[in-house]
Amino acid sequence: MRIKCPLCGDRDSREFTPMGHETYMNRPDDEGWSPAWDNYLHLRDNPAGITREMWYHGAGCTSWLRVERDTVTHDILRVELAADVKRGNS
Amino acid sequence: MRIEGKGRVDVSTPVKFSFDGQGYTGFKGDTLASALLASGVKLVGRSFKYHRPRGVLTAGSEEPNAMVEIGRGAAQVPNVRATVQEIYDGLDAHSQNRMGPLAWDLLSVNDLFPNFLSAGFYYKTFMWPRAFWEKLYEPVIRRAAGLGSLSGQHNPDHYEKAFAHCDILVIGSGPTGLMAALTAALGGADVILCEESNEFGGRLLSEDEEIDGQPGAEWVASMLDALRDTGRVRLMSRTTVTGAYDQGTYGALERVGLHVNGPAELPKECFWRINARQAVLAAGALERPLAFPMNDRPGIMMASAVRSYLHRYGVAAGRKVTLFTTNDDAHRTALDLMANGVEIAGVIDSRPGAKAQGDYPLYAGAEVITTKGRKALTEIIIRHNGSEQKIATDCLAMSGGWNPTLHMTCHMNSRPVWNEEIAGFVPADDAVPGLIPAGACKGTYSTAGCLAEGVEAAKKALSALGGKLPEVDIPQASDAVGASKPLWLVNGKGRAWLDFANDVTSKDIKLAAQEAFTSVEHMKRYTTQGMAPDQGKNSNIGALAILADATGRAIPETGTTTYRPPFVPTSIAALGAGAQGKGFAPERFTTSHDASIERGAPMITAGLWYRPSYFPRPGETTWRQSCDREVTMTRNAVGICDVSTLGKIDIQGPDAGAFLDFVYTNMFSTLKVGRVRYGLMLREDGHVMDDGTTARLGETHYVMTTTTAAAGEVMKHLDFVQQCLRPDLSVRFISVTEQWAQFSVVGPKSRDLLNGLLDAPIDNDSFPYMGCGEVSVMGVKGRLFRISFSGEHAYEIAVPSRYGDALYRQLVTQAETLGGGAYGMEALNVMRSEKGFITHSEIDGRVVPFDIGMDRMVSAKKMCVGKPATLREGLKETDRPQLVGLKPVGAVKQLTAGARLFSAGADATRVNVEGYTTSVGFSPSLGHFIGLGFLKDGPNRMGEVVKMVDHVRNVETTVEVCSPVFLDPEGEKLRG
Repeated sequence: MRIKCPLCGDRDSREFTPMGHETYMNRPDDEGWSPAWDNYLHLRDNPAGITREMWYHGAGCTSWLRVERDTVTHDILRVELAADVKRGNS
Repeated sequence: MRIEGKGRVDVSTPVKFSFDGQGYTGFKGDTLASALLASGVKLVGRSFKYHRPRGVLTAGSEEPNAMVEIGRGAAQVPNVRATVQEIYDGLDAHSQNRMGPLAWDLLSVNDLFPNFLSAGFYYKTFMWPRAFWEKLYEPVIRRAAGLGSLSGQHNPDHYEKAFAHCDILVIGSGPTGLMAALTAALGGADVILCEESNEFGGRLLSEDEEIDGQPGAEWVASMLDALRDTGRVRLMSRTTVTGAYDQGTYGALERVGLHVNGPAELPKECFWRINARQAVLAAGALERPLAFPMNDRPGIMMASAVRSYLHRYGVAAGRKVTLFTTNDDAHRTALDLMANGVEIAGVIDSRPGAKAQGDYPLYAGAEVITTKGRKALTEIIIRHNGSEQKIATDCLAMSGGWNPTLHMTCHMNSRPVWNEEIAGFVPADDAVPGLIPAGACKGTYSTAGCLAEGVEAAKKALSALGGKLPEVDIPQASDAVGASKPLWLVNGKGRAWLDFANDVTSKDIKLAAQEAFTSVEHMKRYTTQGMAPDQGKNSNIGALAILADATGRAIPETGTTTYRPPFVPTSIAALGAGAQGKGFAPERFTTSHDASIERGAPMITAGLWYRPSYFPRPGETTWRQSCDREVTMTRNAVGICDVSTLGKIDIQGPDAGAFLDFVYTNMFSTLKVGRVRYGLMLREDGHVMDDGTTARLGETHYVMTTTTAAAGEVMKHLDFVQQCLRPDLSVRFISVTEQWAQFSVVGPKSRDLLNGLLDAPIDNDSFPYMGCGEVSVMGVKGRLFRISFSGEHAYEIAVPSRYGDALYRQLVTQAETLGGGAYGMEALNVMRSEKGFITHSEIDGRVVPFDIGMDRMVSAKKMCVGKPATLREGLKETDRPQLVGLKPVGAVKQLTAGARLFSAGADATRVNVEGYTTSVGFSPSLGHFIGLGFLKDGPNRMGEVVKMVDHVRNVETTVEVCSPVFLDPEGEKLRG
C-alpha cells in the first residue's frame, strides 16, 4: 500500500503509522470530563466504506496527515496535511 | 531416457549431482526432475500420510510429489520441488519423509491401513485419554507424517529483498505475456516481465508448435530480441509473482542463487515488492489430473509434463507409454512421442466418440480402472466396451483438461466464475483493480487466441495509463483448442487420489460430505485437501467436483475455497531478508560506547540503545559487588554516567512556553531563563505518558528531555499536538538526541571535578539546584544543567557529540583521581530507587498522576493534554494502587520486581491482590533491599506490614510499607 504524502510524494505505507479516525483532531473544549470527552476518546464508528483517518509520516517528513480512504477497497482517495486542514486551508 | 537431438539442455556441458548419495550426470538446463527421469529414476519421494512411493507428476512449480531436501547441515532446505530445482555441479539432493532407505520406507506400513487413516482420523481417534496427546500421540504422529525436515540450526544463507517500480507488469512469458510485454513497451510503457522458469517462453518451449512459420522456441528468441531492443523491458527470469496486493503492489520471489554452486555471499533468493501502475496476468493454465483407482504410482504423469520433458529437456518419460485423456489436446502427447520413436501402447480416451489423430491404438469410451507396480508403474487395467483389458506400460500420461491459473485474480477477495464451455473457473471481471487477465489464465486456450489477447490486454493497460496505442501485428498461429468432456472420477476398487501431496482420496471427500462437512471450506479443513505445499493447484477443482456430486449440487453452486497468496511456497528467510541476527533491529551506540567496552562493561539494551550495565574492577566477581561499589563511590565521592540516550528535543518560538504548558501538566511559560523544571506529560486519556526535565535556555528557547524508552513516542505526540491540535501556536522543534553527548556528574565531589574542566569555575550561586546555562568546557561550548536523578548534588554536562568520547574519558579519569569513577545502569537504578524517583517501571501506561502522588502537579490554572480525563470518575479513588516504598521485615530479605502484595493475613490468591512491586534493588546505602510498588490506599498504610508473594520465582516474604523516598527526604544533598 502507498500513501501520497503532500510533502514527500508517493511513499510506502510502512513509513506511516495510523492513529485512527480524524475525530482526534477535534478536541472538545470542555474543561472537565464530559460526554463529549467520552465520545472523543472512546467512541468510534467502524465504517465499511469511506473514512478519514490520521496517519503519521514518521519515517519521512514527520507530518501528520488526514487520509481519506475506503476501508473496503483500500483505495486512498485524498491526503492532506493535518495542519492545513486544521487551519482551514485544505 | 534421453532422446538425442531433442530438448534445450546443453549436452556439451554435463553436470554432476547426487540424489540419495548416488551420483548422476545431467546437462546444463536440466531440472533435478528431468535429470532423474533421464537417468531412469522414477521413485523420488514418499507420500505424506501413507508413505506411498511417488514419482514426478508435473514439470512445474505445482509439483505435489517430487519434493526433496537440498544440502546438508545448517544449509539444508526441505520441500524443494525437483521440477523447479535446476541442477548444478555438486548439487546434493535427498529424498524426504521416509524412515530408512527410500525404496524400503518402514512407514509404508501405513499404506496397509488406509481405512484407519481416513479424513478426520486424528480428530476422532486421539481424543482420549487426554494426557496421552502431548506425551505419546503427537510425537508419534509428527514423526510419521509430514514433509521435509528442518536442520534446527540457524540458516547461514543470505537472502535479499528489493523494490521495483514499473508502468506495466507482465506476469508470465508464454505467447500471451510476450505479446503483452512487446505491445506495452512499444506503447512507451516501462515494463517488467516476470517468468517463473529459467527461460522465457512458457509452454511454447514445451510444445511442437509454429508461430509465423517459425518453431515456437525460435519465435520466442526473436521476441526477446525485440523486447530488448525497445530498451523499456526489464526481463526477470526465475521470478514467480507470488501475490497481488493493494494499489498495484505485487510480491515476487526471485531464485537468485539456488541454481548455482555460487559463493556464500550470493543471495539464495530475493523477495521483490513490485509497484505496477497496471499489470497483465498471463499465467497460463495447469493441466488437471484424473481421479482413477491407484492413480498415484511413479510413472503416472501429466500429459503436458510428458511433452515438456520431451521437447524442453529431450527426455522420454517412459519406453512404452499409455495415455488417459478426456480431451483432444492430450493426444498431442502420443503424436509427439511417436515422432521421436517412443512406443505408444495405447490411448485411453473417456469419450465414446473420440477419434485417433495418428497411428496408435485408441480405446474410445474407455477408462483406466486400476494400475499395478509397487515402486513404479508396470501395467494398467482398462475397462473398454464392458470388458477389462491389461496393458503393460511404464508411463501413463493423463489429462483431465485444463484449469486457468487465475489465482492472482482472487488475492483481493474476488471469486472465480464457472465457465461451462471450458468446464473450468475463469477470473471474474475487474477482480483486482489494474490487473488484466489474458490468454489461457482467462480460459483462452488456442495459441492464436493467446497472442491476440496479449496485445489486447496491453492496449487496455496502456489506455488506463493514458498512453498511445501502438500498431502491433498479431503473428499467425494455430487456433485449435480441441474438444473436451470432463471426467471427475472413475469408479472402481481402490483409492483414487486427488491431493497427492496430502494423500487425500475421493473417498475422503465423500466421507466429509457424509459427515456434514458439505461446505467446500469445511471439506478442505476436514480432509486437508489443498493444504499441502501445492495448495491444491492440481486437485482442488477435481475435489470440489466430487463434493458437488456427493452433495447433489452443481460445481458453481459448491464454489471454490479461497485463493490466498503466496502463489508458490515462499521461504520465510526471503520474506524476512535482512532481519536475521543483527539485522533484526538497529543498534544505537553512545559516544562513550568504546570507552565503556574498554573498561570491561557488559552492555545491555535500552530500547535500541546499548548502555553499560556496570564497570567491573579487579577482585569483583559478581555484578552486585560492582554495583554496590559504584553506588557507594558515587554517594561518597563522584560518579560519571552517560545519559545521552535520553530524548532531547530543542523547542523554539514565541509560543514555545504556551506549547509546553499545553503538553505538560505543570507550568513552563513561567519558568525563568536559566532554570530547569521537572515536567509530567499525560496522554489524552489522563494516564502518564512520560516525564523528564525541561530547561529554558532563552526567552523563546527550551530543551526538553524525555525518557530513553519513550523518546520516539513523545516526539510523535508533540508533532500531533502541534500539527493537529494547536497549529495556531508559533513554535518549532526538532530532536537533538544524536547531536548532544550528555553525561551526569554525580556526588559530593561533582562540582570540584567540573571546576577542573570548566574554563570558568561555577559555584552555588551561578549554578544553584535546577539551574542551567551555557559553559565552556576546555574550550568547547557546552551546556550545564544542575539536575539529579540520584538525590546527590549532581550535574549533567552536554557537549556536541563529536566531543563526547573525549569528554567522557576525561570525566572518568578525573573522577577516579577523586575516588570515584564510571557507574552503569545497575547503580543508576539503585540510586534513583533509593530516592524514590520513578521510571517506566512505575509509569507503565496504567497510572494516573494521582497514583504517583503527583495529582497536584496538574495545574488548575490552565488546560493541558489529558487534564479533563484525570477528572474521570474512579481515577482518584483511595483504593487505587498508589506508589509506596517497601522494605523487607520477614525472614527472607530479598525483594523481587513484579511480585504481588497482599494483606498480612490474606491468602495469596488472585482475588486478594492489593498491589505489586515495580522496582527493587539492594541499597548499599541502607544495607538492605528496597522496593517501589503500588498498593491500594498505600499512602495511608505507612508502617503496615504486608505480604509479598512472587508466584513465578517462588519468593515470599513480609514487607513494611514506607515512603518511596528512602534517602534524604529533605533534599539537603541536592542543594548542597
